[in-house]
Formats: sequence, C-alpha cells, structure tokens
Amino acid sequence: MNETEEMIAADGHAAPDEHAAHNVAKHVRKYLLVGATLITFTAITVFLSYMDFGTMKANVAVAMLVATFKAALVAAIFMHLSNEKRLIYRILVFTAFFVLGLFFLTYLAWYDPVTR
Amino acid sequence: MEIPYTVTARPDTGLWNAKVGIWLFLASEVMLFGGLFSAYVFLRLDADPGSWPHGLLNVPVGTMNTAILIASSVTVVLAWAALKMRRYRAYWWYMLITILCGVIFLVVKLAYEWPQKFEHFGAFIKKDKLEKYEKYLGNHHLAERGLSPRMEISGHLHNKEALNDPDATEYEIAMDPVNADPTNPNMDRPHFLYVPATDKIATVEKEDVEYANMFLPKHSAYFASYFTITGLHGAHVLGGVIVFIYMWLPVSKKLYKRNPEHLANRVEVAGLFWHFVDLVWIFVFPLFYLL
Repeated sequence: MNETEEMIAADGHAAPDEHAAHNVAKHVRKYLLVGATLITFTAITVFLSYMDFGTMKANVAVAMLVATFKAALVAAIFMHLSNEKRLIYRILVFTAFFVLGLFFLTYLAWYDPVTR
Repeated sequence: MEIPYTVTARPDTGLWNAKVGIWLFLASEVMLFGGLFSAYVFLRLDADPGSWPHGLLNVPVGTMNTAILIASSVTVVLAWAALKMRRYRAYWWYMLITILCGVIFLVVKLAYEWPQKFEHFGAFIKKDKLEKYEKYLGNHHLAERGLSPRMEISGHLHNKEALNDPDATEYEIAMDPVNADPTNPNMDRPHFLYVPATDKIATVEKEDVEYANMFLPKHSAYFASYFTITGLHGAHVLGGVIVFIYMWLPVSKKLYKRNPEHLANRVEVAGLFWHFVDLVWIFVFPLFYLL
C-alpha cells in the first residue's frame, strides 16, 4: 500500500488529485441545471402536444425537435460528449451514418416512381 | 490476470478500456432501438386513417415517469462526481436515490400502466357497420370538422367471457368518455388527464366487429410497438438497476478503498448506459403518449 491508498483506507476522503476533484465540483451546478432544463422541456413537450400546428405531421415534427434538443443535452453534458476523446467521436460518426441510413430506408420504402 | 487500463489511459486510444467498450456497446444499442423505431415509423405511416390511436395512455403518469428517469440521470452523474471528490457517503446516497428512481419507474410501468391496459377493451367496427354505431363514434361530427374517423369502441368489457365464448353474440362495453359522448367537441382531441370509463353501456354485436381484444400487444400495431419498445426499454432499466445495486452494496466499498478511481470509472460507464436509457425514453414518451 502506498501513502495515498492508506489515507483513503483510513477515512475514505483523501483525494489523490485535488485539481481533478476541484474540476468535478465546478460541474455539479451544471448537472443540476441541465436536469432542471430537461424536466422543464418535458413539460413543454406535453404542453405543445395539445397545441394544434395544423397537421399531425407538424405536431410530430415539433415534438421530435424538442426531443432531439433534450437528447443532445443528455449526450453532451451527462454523457460528457461535449469534451471527449477523438476515438469516441469516430465511433459515433459511424453510428450516426448507419442509423441515418436506417431511417432513410423508411423514406425509400415510400418512394413510388410508377404511380406517385 | 489483471485487466489492464481500468484507470490509466491506454497509450494508443488515449482512453481507459471500459470507456471504449461501453461506447461500442451503446453504438450497437443505437442500432437496436433504431431498428425498432423505424418499425414504428413503417407501422404508423401504413396505418389506415383513424386507426392509429391517440390518447390511450395516461399522460400525467408518463410525464411523472419521464421526470423520475431524468432525476435519476442527474443523481447518477452526481454519484460519479461524489466519487471523484472522494466523498463515499454522498456517493452512497446518490446511488440509493438512483436505484429507487429506477425501481419506481419499473413499478409504475409493470404494476400500474401495463395491467391497466390489459384490463381495457376495444372493438374495431367493420367498415360497413360504422353507421350503425354512429351514436358511439360521432363520425359525421368528425367529418364536418375535417378530423379522422373513429373505428373503435373502447372501455371496460362487462362480459369478459364473451371474448372466448363462440356462443356469445355481443360485447357489453362500459364506454370510455370518447364513445359515451362522441359529438362533444371536447372529445375531438385527447385530454391531458386520464378519464376512466363511464357507466354508459354499449352493446356491440360480435358479427359487426372486425377485431376485438383487450389492450394487449396483438390488439393493434400501436400496442404491438408500444409493448415491444417499452418492454425492451424496461428491460434496460432493470439491467441498469441491478448493476447499480451491485455498485452500491458493501462489496464496492472494498474496491473504493483499494482503488477509488476504478470504482468511479465503473460508475461512469454504468452511468453512460443509464443516460442512454434515459435518452431512448425521451423519444418513447412523446411518440407513444403524446402524438
């Protein structure tokens, strides 16, 4: 056991990297703020779904826009994607490409060059 | 054999291994749920006018569950932050709240929302018999307003035995408000508050019915996709809760004492999974509850 580990074992409070701990402490406020924003936007989604934007398609588009914004917040802040290593982004570029391709298939399925 | 790079970064990737692992796993999860969501898109776009139901789910309860899941995402990230700051006591409490949130979500889903659906009944009327049940469907009123027609009479089935009895000729349905008072403009669109079935009875002849069942997966494309997607999502919540319980039990305190950064990284990885589950729900909630 080295000295740091002994300290941790003794009181469970020793922080081996004061700098890192300080950085994390700064983020706590941000996490709470994002949580509150997400819950607020949940209420906004519910509210907007009872508005009439003309067509069902428009209502779906509005709801998906809000959901995408919320999802982006979760990914960027809670999942630390706003500040991540390059390898993770590389993995996700492929994921985005394939999942967009998947949804493009649903669009292709409605493409009808004969009777449209 | 010791697993390498649990805490320190691997020189070539610049990351500790579990982080790469969880992101590769989440990438495959995106494709899994993406496939199911695209199935949803196909089913919904292909549905006949008026056959895709609206307002069948309990919106206040769904909203509450959404908030609970978001809250648990906050607490799990706070739990991780507490470990980073070497505050085990705070970690323990945040983890406990996270676990409780997950459990509440599952209990609401499995013990309240789903069983309520299993007890709900709906009968789709044959197209050429719609006129006969106009007083329960209000389709003239809807057509005047340019809204999609109603095909279904739903509510509480009084004579449940009629479902499986070939000799039974009719269903007795204590109707939902939408069928009890179909020309009321208030019924044109779904309500925020869930309104239970009225005591107004409709007698629907079995031979006038295209298809009738309780609100089970086979009731409709809507419920098939609802139960499949919320079921798979619920399985993910359960998986997350089990992992969190392991990380909360005393056994993890041993790891904390040996190498707190290792436990912090484990919590971060489990948290990434949990946030992804939250993220999926952010799309499930409007698609099934609201739209």
